[in-house]
Amino acid sequence: MADGIITLTSANFDETVKSATTPIVVDFWAEWCGPCKAIAPVLTEIAKEQVGVVTIAKLNVDDHGDIAQRFGVMSIPTLLVFNNGEMKKKMVGAKGKTQLLAEIAEFIPKKN
Amino acid sequence: MTSANIHEVIIIGSGPAGLTAAIYAARANLAPLVIEGEPSSTSDQPGGQLMLTTEVENFPGFPEGVMGPDLMLKFREQAARFNTTFITEKVTKVDFSARPFKVWVRDELHQAKSVIVSTGAQSLMLGLENEKRFYGHGLSSCATCDGFFFKGQEIIVVGGGDSAIEEASFLTKFATKVTLVVRRDVLRASKIMQQRALNNPKIEIKWNSQVTELFGQEKLSGVGLIDTVTKEKSRLDVTGLFVAIGHRPNTDLFKGVLDMLDNGYLQTKPGSSYTNIAGVFACGDVQDHTYRQAITAAGSGCMAAIDCERWLESQH
Repeated sequence: MADGIITLTSANFDETVKSATTPIVVDFWAEWCGPCKAIAPVLTEIAKEQVGVVTIAKLNVDDHGDIAQRFGVMSIPTLLVFNNGEMKKKMVGAKGKTQLLAEIAEFIPKKN
Repeated sequence: MTSANIHEVIIIGSGPAGLTAAIYAARANLAPLVIEGEPSSTSDQPGGQLMLTTEVENFPGFPEGVMGPDLMLKFREQAARFNTTFITEKVTKVDFSARPFKVWVRDELHQAKSVIVSTGAQSLMLGLENEKRFYGHGLSSCATCDGFFFKGQEIIVVGGGDSAIEEASFLTKFATKVTLVVRRDVLRASKIMQQRALNNPKIEIKWNSQVTELFGQEKLSGVGLIDTVTKEKSRLDVTGLFVAIGHRPNTDLFKGVLDMLDNGYLQTKPGSSYTNIAGVFACGDVQDHTYRQAITAAGSGCMAAIDCERWLESQH
């Protein structure tokens, strides 16, 4: 779990998503995808800033294509947001940090 | 929020033009601030259009070819080596009516004595009604990102230029058949790329055709075509659609501020990077609708940095 980001595989995907205690954002990516590389540092920053609030995970579509297929991922990067084991949101395409945080804001509990 | 510091030069955009301008400006001790844009799946992103390409075969100095994103990473490292600062966000507003020039990133104000505009161009989409709905569900703006998902499937590429053929050739690695939909009865592409398309048994060219409709429920299942000569309509069953029909300059920020041609490209004084505002320079595809190559963009980025440096000196 380098940089606080969980690596998902076909083997641990269901268990990890189901047992997550926070909303979990899964980044479907691959080595050959330029925009995927561009958002990687953004996700690392969010993972660091939102420890215990949002979990960031990555799934390599080259190695675990079955999971990508199951969720109809046909374009990467695609980010899926899961909450309580259920898929709540699908975001296609790379985005900047501000935009990304706005997109996942609904899953972040408000601080009082 | 305002940064008190007034920069010598702010460079907006970070493709080959912007980063070359940064390298030259940095080596001239101008400590440039590059506002490089933000990640996206279109070519409007840090690094520019080359970020969506694979092998670049015509950039001098790389006899074996070089991957587009790797090349841009090297450009960026070289700029960073000589004291360039980067902000990985998009400029939201500019005010060039008085000096220092003002550039906003959201509510954050940055000021500079000079500005180099190198915001580039981005790919045009088809402009069809339900196009957005199929984005990521069969419709793609990035062949290198998404080709993989079309293994063993039949897809189409729209366009007749070099980039359309490059995408089509690349996609034949995955797809069983790639139909190239071309509006006219000739290809706009260079001779070498034409040959590549015509010699590839997996590429079929559909001449005089235009995509008019997209079909499918959850995912794309087919497209409606019209023959531009006979006006005859037909349907083609495909699961993937890639578009490479040309570009539009990223000049929305500068409407009413910088002089533009009718097609929206910035106008520069011939043989230079000067715009209509003294101290604001433009380089790369944002002001070039003729050559549009990485190497010409880099060349014009160098011109802009030199023009800018000399102009700054003349102000003392």
